[in-house]
Amino acid sequence: MKYSIFSLAANALTGHKGWKPAWRDASPREAYDVVIVGGGGHGLATAYYLAKEHGITNVAVLEKGWIGSGNVGRNTTIIRSNYLLPGNIPFYELSMKLWEGLEQDLNYNAMVSQRGVLNLFHSDAQRDAFARRGNAMRLHGVDAELLDRDAVRKMLPFLNFDDARFPIQGGLLQPRGGTVRHDAVAWGYARGASDRGVDIVQNCEVTGFRIENGRAVAVETTRGTIRARKIALAVAGNSSRVAAMAGLRLPIESHVLQAFVSEGLKPLLPGVVTFGAGHFYISQSDKGGLVFGGDIDGYNSYAQRGNLPTVEDVCEGGMALMPMIGRVRLLRSWGGIMDMSMDGSPIIDRTPVDGLYLNAGWCYGGFKATPASGWCFAHLIARDVPHPAGAAFRLDRFATGHLIDEKGQGAQPNLH
Amino acid sequence: MRIRCPFCGERDVHEFTYLGDANGTRPDPSVADAAEQFHDYVYLRDNPAGPHREYWYHGAGCHGWLVVERDTRTHEIRSVAFAHEEAAQ
Repeated sequence: MKYSIFSLAANALTGHKGWKPAWRDASPREAYDVVIVGGGGHGLATAYYLAKEHGITNVAVLEKGWIGSGNVGRNTTIIRSNYLLPGNIPFYELSMKLWEGLEQDLNYNAMVSQRGVLNLFHSDAQRDAFARRGNAMRLHGVDAELLDRDAVRKMLPFLNFDDARFPIQGGLLQPRGGTVRHDAVAWGYARGASDRGVDIVQNCEVTGFRIENGRAVAVETTRGTIRARKIALAVAGNSSRVAAMAGLRLPIESHVLQAFVSEGLKPLLPGVVTFGAGHFYISQSDKGGLVFGGDIDGYNSYAQRGNLPTVEDVCEGGMALMPMIGRVRLLRSWGGIMDMSMDGSPIIDRTPVDGLYLNAGWCYGGFKATPASGWCFAHLIARDVPHPAGAAFRLDRFATGHLIDEKGQGAQPNLH
Repeated sequence: MRIRCPFCGERDVHEFTYLGDANGTRPDPSVADAAEQFHDYVYLRDNPAGPHREYWYHGAGCHGWLVVERDTRTHEIRSVAFAHEEAAQ
């Protein structure tokens, strides 16, 4: 069913009894051309673009829980392409362009809202670093504006401009950045893929791989063995665990990242704001809740929940930036498990096992990357050639020295 | 999460800094495949879901380096020892 004002009106007049499930909950068949492990945003986007852009529709997406139960439903919904390094900027800008056309492409309302992302700076040195980042973005055709203190004050008069330690001096604004309703991204891609023949198989956990003569030929699952010509992993958070079943050791640590939402408030924040003197980012959802987060807890974790010192640290950042937040009650907090890679950048590549493809290492940046990740991964799986926008995200870059270390931290994942 | 430092006693995790996996052994730089071994040592991790031996530094306490065994699924801490004592064994 195509969603439109007419389908809405027709269903409104018939008591909304005509709506069908948006996608098909399939049972696994014995064999597929491509099996994608992981029914999150990246896996579903990969399936959608495999079907739509490459005509490969004999595809299954295997999800151990329900689709969207992992990080695509746990992030803070921010999209942006304000990167510095050559390997990153074209990729994230491709993602931004795909976000801009996503709802028309999918015929699904993902509430893509380009309300702007503002990164605040608090010193002359930080202003210079942000100016450099803005210039790099503009050289790649990405929008960026350096705002002075007065321009920020006009936009966000309630911020704590005269904090004794971290006075706000200005900010780097990407007007095309913003937020997207994250669950709708999973559902929209699932619907688009399912309509083109992709099987979406839930409650189907992969328990092993069958590898013959160095080639992956099947996945063992809790719902039986499924043969595949190609097997693609999109299981960020658990990439090390799943890859280990195929005998691979990855340049990844799993870490927990917490996120928070307050009670609903009247419209307050026009866009996304980040604090430059600590790690704190905040936006307001369309329901009115303030959605915010900060650093990862900083130690290996698969627990999907964090500890109180990080909660305190995030809230201190919020209080330093906008003291009025102290009067708001916190509604919920939760954790998601991040694939923290050794240089802070992702991996979209083949693996040493023939027929096994890897999409991993998204660190904090997975949600905003969803469309381009699916686009580039589908291209790699279909053609066995990396897409130019994702060609730098190689698995062997740590051995060859072609690292993409946006923060310059080295192989210490909890600092990226 | 609280860590029982062998010298200071049980303290809040706020007092500690995390380094990571304590299982790696620095390769011998004089062997033929040293570059490959150093790549594995610096960049690859087992990253288990379960018991994990890891280094913590007690910066707000005794300045001791600790080896902590902790379950990454529950954050339960099973043992804590000084790193130099572990290394001596």
